[in-house]
Amino acid sequence: MVEKGIGARVPRKEDLRFITGRGRYTDDINQPGQAYAVFVRSPHAHARIKRIDKAPALAMPGVLAVLDGDDVKADGLGNLICGWLVKSKDGSPMKMGKHPLLAQEKVRYVGDRVAVVVAETPAQAKDAAESLVVEYEELEPVAELDRAHGAAALVHEEVANNLCYDWELGDKAAVEAAFAKAHHVTKMELVNNRLVPNAMEPRAAIGHWDPGQDAYTLWLTSQNPHVHRLVISAFIGIAPEHKLRVVAPDVGGGFGSKIFIYGEECVVLWASKKIGGRPVKWVAERSESFLTDAHGRDHVTTAELALDQEGNFLALRVNTKANLGAYMSTFSSCIPTYLYATLLAGQYKTPAIYCDVQAYYTNTVPVDAYRGAGRPEASFLIETLVDQAAIEMGMDPAEIRRKNFIPKTAFPYQTPVALVYDTGDYEACLDEALKLVDYAGFPARRAESERRGKLRGIGISCYIEACGIAPSAVVGSLGAGVGLWESAKVRFTHTGKVQVLTGTHTHGQGHETTFSQLVAEKLGVPYEDVEVIHGDTEKTPVGMGTYGSRSLAVGGEAIVKACDKIIAKGKKIAAHLLEASEADIEFKDGKFTVAGTDKSKTIGEVVFAAYVPHNYPAGLEPGMEEGAFFDPPNFTFPAGTYVCEVEVDPQTGKVDIVKFVAVDDFGNVVNPMIVEGQVHGGLVQGIGQALLEGVRYDESGQLLTGSYMDYCMPRADDVPSFEVVTSRGTACTSNSLGVKGCGEAGAIGAPAAVINAIRNAIGVRVEMPATPERVWRAIQSSPLAKAAE
Amino acid sequence: MYAFDYHRPASLAEAAQLLAGNPEAKLLAGGQTYIPTLKQRLAKPAAVIDLGRIAELRGIREEAGGLTIGATTRHAEVAGSPLVERVIPALAALAEGIGDPQVRNCGTLGGSIANNDPAADYPAAVVGLGATVRTSKGRSIAGDDFFTGMFETALEPDEIVTAVHFPKPEKAAYAKFPNPASRYAIVGVFLAKTAGGVRVAVTGAAPCVFRATALEQALAQSWSAAAIDGVTIDASNLNSDIHAQADYRAHLIKVMAKRALAAAG
Amino acid sequence: MAIAVSMTVNGKAVGAEIEPRALLVQFLREHLRLTGTRVGCDTGQCGACTVHVNGRAVKSCLVLAAQAQGAQVVTIEGLARDGELHPMQVAFSEHHGLQCGFCTPGMIMSAADLLQRNPDPTEHEVREWLEGNLCRCTGYHNIVKAILAAAQTMRGMAKAAE
Repeated sequence: MVEKGIGARVPRKEDLRFITGRGRYTDDINQPGQAYAVFVRSPHAHARIKRIDKAPALAMPGVLAVLDGDDVKADGLGNLICGWLVKSKDGSPMKMGKHPLLAQEKVRYVGDRVAVVVAETPAQAKDAAESLVVEYEELEPVAELDRAHGAAALVHEEVANNLCYDWELGDKAAVEAAFAKAHHVTKMELVNNRLVPNAMEPRAAIGHWDPGQDAYTLWLTSQNPHVHRLVISAFIGIAPEHKLRVVAPDVGGGFGSKIFIYGEECVVLWASKKIGGRPVKWVAERSESFLTDAHGRDHVTTAELALDQEGNFLALRVNTKANLGAYMSTFSSCIPTYLYATLLAGQYKTPAIYCDVQAYYTNTVPVDAYRGAGRPEASFLIETLVDQAAIEMGMDPAEIRRKNFIPKTAFPYQTPVALVYDTGDYEACLDEALKLVDYAGFPARRAESERRGKLRGIGISCYIEACGIAPSAVVGSLGAGVGLWESAKVRFTHTGKVQVLTGTHTHGQGHETTFSQLVAEKLGVPYEDVEVIHGDTEKTPVGMGTYGSRSLAVGGEAIVKACDKIIAKGKKIAAHLLEASEADIEFKDGKFTVAGTDKSKTIGEVVFAAYVPHNYPAGLEPGMEEGAFFDPPNFTFPAGTYVCEVEVDPQTGKVDIVKFVAVDDFGNVVNPMIVEGQVHGGLVQGIGQALLEGVRYDESGQLLTGSYMDYCMPRADDVPSFEVVTSRGTACTSNSLGVKGCGEAGAIGAPAAVINAIRNAIGVRVEMPATPERVWRAIQSSPLAKAAE
Repeated sequence: MYAFDYHRPASLAEAAQLLAGNPEAKLLAGGQTYIPTLKQRLAKPAAVIDLGRIAELRGIREEAGGLTIGATTRHAEVAGSPLVERVIPALAALAEGIGDPQVRNCGTLGGSIANNDPAADYPAAVVGLGATVRTSKGRSIAGDDFFTGMFETALEPDEIVTAVHFPKPEKAAYAKFPNPASRYAIVGVFLAKTAGGVRVAVTGAAPCVFRATALEQALAQSWSAAAIDGVTIDASNLNSDIHAQADYRAHLIKVMAKRALAAAG
Repeated sequence: MAIAVSMTVNGKAVGAEIEPRALLVQFLREHLRLTGTRVGCDTGQCGACTVHVNGRAVKSCLVLAAQAQGAQVVTIEGLARDGELHPMQVAFSEHHGLQCGFCTPGMIMSAADLLQRNPDPTEHEVREWLEGNLCRCTGYHNIVKAILAAAQTMRGMAKAAE
């Protein structure tokens, strides 16, 4: 048994620097001679740029450069890309509107980049940015998703009806047939609200061109520095890939928003060369984060569930309109398609499912992956629909779910929407959650609340998601432009210390700790002797980064594979040193032993022999450093049951969450403390979506929720403490560790639990976010609640 | 922020002189609203006059049975003052609910009322308690006359709030329904039974704090929840925005009034 | 026109010529290179910039450096004494009260101020106190746990010192 190995609640290695204020984020880095960039942004949602006069800005003190879309064009820089090609029903490719680094001819959302001003100080850059003259001809905006189709205005002239694609998945005929013979159909219209990711660290970048080496360095807030390097090199064309170093130091949260390749980070790199090689720094103000970080979700959906007399699900039919915003972002096409509709089976054996999705451009901030990305939308839809069906059929919400669960004996299970679930035990999670929440005792608690003038409700959500992104061949066949394997290198030093280089990136997930535990377990070295290195393309092997809850299931497995190679090589050396046959060497707890004897060598001794190969197997390479890549054969499928209990104040409509139980199946767990922390954070983002957060635009496309004064971030007093259980895991079969991704589950499963609880309390469903005013209005329309009042 | 000159006067007289001599200057008290305004470049003062070091503007004392609170007294000082707790506990409770702990450690009474944000808490107390605002020009302005409109007050351009005198009410309480995002009041109701009668001041609901006279009359007749229930609040002059429509605000005024009534006893 | 400011930061006398518009957080980060104090918003809600000014938690992005003239300022870098971590720092790590670490210095400074005022807060009081600090990673669960644990530790230390 290895101390601080797999399964131990080890406090995090990364904590010391953060609790003492010595974390090093991009804005904490300053390069000698650096200049500062400020972006001039569009005040209009949709307008033609008639004229830009740089002269007044150039005349301001300290100004080094003013660059606009014409300069981008003149230098032949490429457009920002979308890395996933989605095809419409008719086989035609999605319609990409051009997305230049700085706007050319038109601006398409409030906040769109028009120009950059580079100056000696941030204040000078800001002063000069204000004096840049931009003349616009305002155009009619497409501000609302439900008016995009057939709108007089076109976000991109080349995209008719603002329709990027019209996509489908599933067997339409089978679904029609099932609906035709259904005993009951439950139908819902629902909105999945638009969210702002709001990582606490705003985006930032420092670009530097070194004229002596003709080499570039970009420090930035990234979840995937190698992907940034690839796109900036291959598509934008600022620097060749081997001459570009991308460093993502400590990063203050991502939640998807720092996956994407935005214009600003590219522009500062390019601008450094334009001013002769001085580093150029840009740090977003929070208001810029609201205006430019890719937003999340934003669906309008019609969903229908066909049931037989006993409450068995026969078929599911879904139509979704998805808002892409003004431009395609790096992965935006796959979010409302392959990461969404493929999850519509949920935990259920629904035999026939059909979904079609129309994705539209609007004059709003681009929309892309935000924690969960497609899967929260699917889970919310299924779990509110199933709940509604239970009410309409007069069944208990827990029992209608139980009745339709894929039984644990049915795995691996092929769903009608492409995925093959490997393992699961949905009933076990449901049972555990109902026990923990004391489901049977709810009526008594409701009565007690009623005596205090409060309406109490309970809501269940049985989510499933697909993560551990992703099998490359599968995603490739669906249109992805990249492989989604992961890499690792495990390097011993002479003295037996270990450096682990990973292609993933940690920005809160605790990889330095989890991966150290993994290596300590696999190689039998002390946890303290392992150092995890990430985030620098010059240090780490090419990797795909961190998102889609992939780092352990894919990146961790790459580390395991590298460890296996270390052990295999170590066996050869140990056999030589112990004068035994390689086949007789066993490795356990850091020792190579000749089977059945007490003859052994520690891994430290073997490593030393590898580096000082005086007595060494002939023909074997010296040294002890192994790399591995891992391409997963399948996604991982975390699933679980969340139960939320709310108390509603009928006077004000305010909802208090009084109880929240989360039982998750993450397979095997390396560090339960970290995994629980991931759940807590996800739950609050899910609760935030359900109760507090929602982007609002006005009719002219102005963002009304552009600061923390108007966009409601969950605070400590908005949420309760949680009961989280992660010990109900069924081991995943797609990696040797048996682990499933845990980073997004909370955000995926929580919204339906909250909304179902409110419906249970007041008798009507409230759209997200269920603000006090919305809940109060719903109560006014609910006979049940009115009676209680 | 735009550039500005900075002055740190040591006395009220010096501050008044600086202000009179520089029409483009602005006063800085706690800065919890003004500094964000400056940061967003929504204001461009030629100079900022920091009132933070003027001892005579700060402090809480008992006067004529009520309380006189200096203009630069911090919210946290009011919230934590045993004297305020004893004389007008509703005022301590209100101060404890302003902003967050860090903001309460800096924000001031004078800054709050001189700014007259439509959703600020203190204006409700000043009006609700029938307080008097004292100024550098020797004026004593009745609370009812002080708040003249959205971000507008009866202060002259070169006039500085020095203190507010709050008479002791018989009973009083403040109930607020906060905006979930900003935590400013969507509706805040300060209700008091005073020597001069019942006063009900409402903040957050309209462009400026106002007295809900219908509630006052009803409560003067019967200090009871039933009296509040019997009143119809006219929503036509109330704010409608993304956080709350006017009819919801009208409804909340009654709910908060009842909660304040229950708290006041 | 530059003005002179001087104050004591983490026990050391410091001074500089600064622009009047410089915020305290800019003075700390840019002049003193104390980058543990962070900027997460521009409207004063996030609290990542929380420091102690004359013993009280203050958002250093809502205070001009000039306003802190002569003040005693403590930042996250100055919270540990004589190489010993503050019990709040220890508790945040032990209870996993941080993930990405960006809001952490502000959280710790704010929480430390709470315990100066209220050595034995309830969970509800802790949650209310944190109104001025946003965290997007932890869901607050473990932050609250850490603060309650630190309170217990500090009460124990205070008792032992008696």
